[in-house]
Amino acid sequence: MDTLLQVMLDGMLNGLLYALVAVGLCLIWGVMDVINFAHGEYLMVAMYVSYWLGFLAKIDPLISILAGGAFIFILGALTYKLIIRHTVGKPPLSALLATFGLAMLLKNLCLNRFTPNFRILSDTWLGDRTFQLGALIVPVPQLTAGILALAVVGLIFFMIRSTRFGWAVQATAMDRDAAELMGINTEKIYILVFGIGGATVGIAGGIMPTYLAVHPEVGSMFGLIAFVCVAMGGFGSIPGAFLAAILIGVVEALGGYYIAPVFKYVAVFGLYLAVVFLRPKGIFGW
Amino acid sequence: MVTPMHHAALQRKDLIGLALAALLALLPALPAVADNSFRMHVLILILLFASMAQAWNIIGGYGGQVSFGHSVFFGIGAYGAGMAVVTYGGSPWPGILIGMLTAAVVAVLISYPCFKLSGHYFAIATFAVVEIFNRMFLVWYWVGGALGLDYPLVKEGFKNLMWYDSKTGYYYCALVLFVLVFGIVRFLERHRFGYYLRAVREGQETAESLGVNSTAVKLSAMALSAALAALCGAFFVQYNLRVDPPMVMSLDMSMKFVLVTILGGTGTLAGPLLGAAVLIPLQEYTRALWGGLGAGVDLIIFGLLIMVIVIKQPAGIGGIVRDISRRIGRRERSGRP
Repeated sequence: MDTLLQVMLDGMLNGLLYALVAVGLCLIWGVMDVINFAHGEYLMVAMYVSYWLGFLAKIDPLISILAGGAFIFILGALTYKLIIRHTVGKPPLSALLATFGLAMLLKNLCLNRFTPNFRILSDTWLGDRTFQLGALIVPVPQLTAGILALAVVGLIFFMIRSTRFGWAVQATAMDRDAAELMGINTEKIYILVFGIGGATVGIAGGIMPTYLAVHPEVGSMFGLIAFVCVAMGGFGSIPGAFLAAILIGVVEALGGYYIAPVFKYVAVFGLYLAVVFLRPKGIFGW
Repeated sequence: MVTPMHHAALQRKDLIGLALAALLALLPALPAVADNSFRMHVLILILLFASMAQAWNIIGGYGGQVSFGHSVFFGIGAYGAGMAVVTYGGSPWPGILIGMLTAAVVAVLISYPCFKLSGHYFAIATFAVVEIFNRMFLVWYWVGGALGLDYPLVKEGFKNLMWYDSKTGYYYCALVLFVLVFGIVRFLERHRFGYYLRAVREGQETAESLGVNSTAVKLSAMALSAALAALCGAFFVQYNLRVDPPMVMSLDMSMKFVLVTILGGTGTLAGPLLGAAVLIPLQEYTRALWGGLGAGVDLIIFGLLIMVIVIKQPAGIGGIVRDISRRIGRRERSGRP
């Protein structure tokens, strides 16, 4: 019983991290109907930013999350300006393919510059600390990442729901031309949405080097899981993606522990298929 | 309505196609090609990837169902041939047939529920299928697991579909594969089934209201597409002499099916060939030129090129060709006042 609880806890903490990675993708998808294939690579780049700040300047990842967020904000805005903007009105797959090219570019650029070696930061503030909660062992870095994820996802949700900027984003998502006629600068909204979507994944990448190794391939699997979270949650629904991320984290942990580690992704992708076969537009989709 | 076109004699397009095939068949006679095994290798890959893209084009282009799952069928074909040779020590041919049939059956079983999904949900579902198959094959002892299958040395020739000394044998096999796949799609284009398929793509409800059974049309197109992809996979493994799950059943391989077709022009007969003829030499020559500079330089350039082509020419390379020929046509007309 204790083992089960422990596995569920680990899964949930992982799920929170997935939610933080997925929320940016969800925002971009919901507003622009674009799948950003380079999302996982954004995460990888942010992890390198945080790693090098920690390694060279001895800045702790807890502070580097700001640098990671800012860096990927700029990268996201640039991606929109230079790539996505030129695919609007072209065949629906254009954006996906162009960002696939970007993903390839970023991944191999990092491979070329930083070698494929796994890198991890030692002696960070959070380090390998754990504490005991009843029979459960709670890892501090994962817990911190989870709390950060809750805060950021909550903030994004609040921003979209209850601020003037959020209403403008919603209006743009519903009907770009009508929003433009109402005086909303939709071009600016798109740039900001792409930037904010990037910033959230940058924050995730900022904290991750505390407990995960950085290497050029690290983003691919996270990116794929983020796609699955977003699609499973339902078109652009942030609560949906959040719920899906937690579910995926728990299923992954249970599948990995009780069946075999190699099956954890089989369980995750199987869950996605099961959900969309029952609800073709995701849990909260319509 | 369909009949007169169907019975029409060879059209200009077919004559061009036949001339191209004849030209390709004579190519190994040129010493510049036959004596340089790297050029031969690039030509073989162009024909293989053109065939793969054309197989994808049936369901992805003409049928409008953008599948990222074709590496699964490709992999099943590769494993069919590979297991016939490695596990059972025989000729690859029965394995190729079994692989094609299995791929078609698997395709129907997977696609039946997936066709209920639309847009990105369908695309991500096919991603999920690839990942599931990849993991299963990694731990499946019977198919060789993560170690994969390594080909033994057997007698070369058509029976074993294997050659060592020169690549000419592989080249002709690739050419046969190419002519076969393109011939099938050319036939479908003017056949009743091809019209049904395009009608379903343009508007499923409209097509159904006219009595087209859209589910049956899509499923049979998917089965055909999967069987041809499996055939390409079998050729790939015979050429490569080794197979393991990440090599054939991966998202990267799936993306190649889609990339080549879309960059060439989807839903057109020439698109896959154009896409492969541009993309594959780019890939192979950047690898040969810059692969030694340090890891990844070739792929950095390749990624950059993909972005540029997608942004600059959404209709693919076929669109560029059309633009140029239109411009030449205009000049000819204006040249004669």
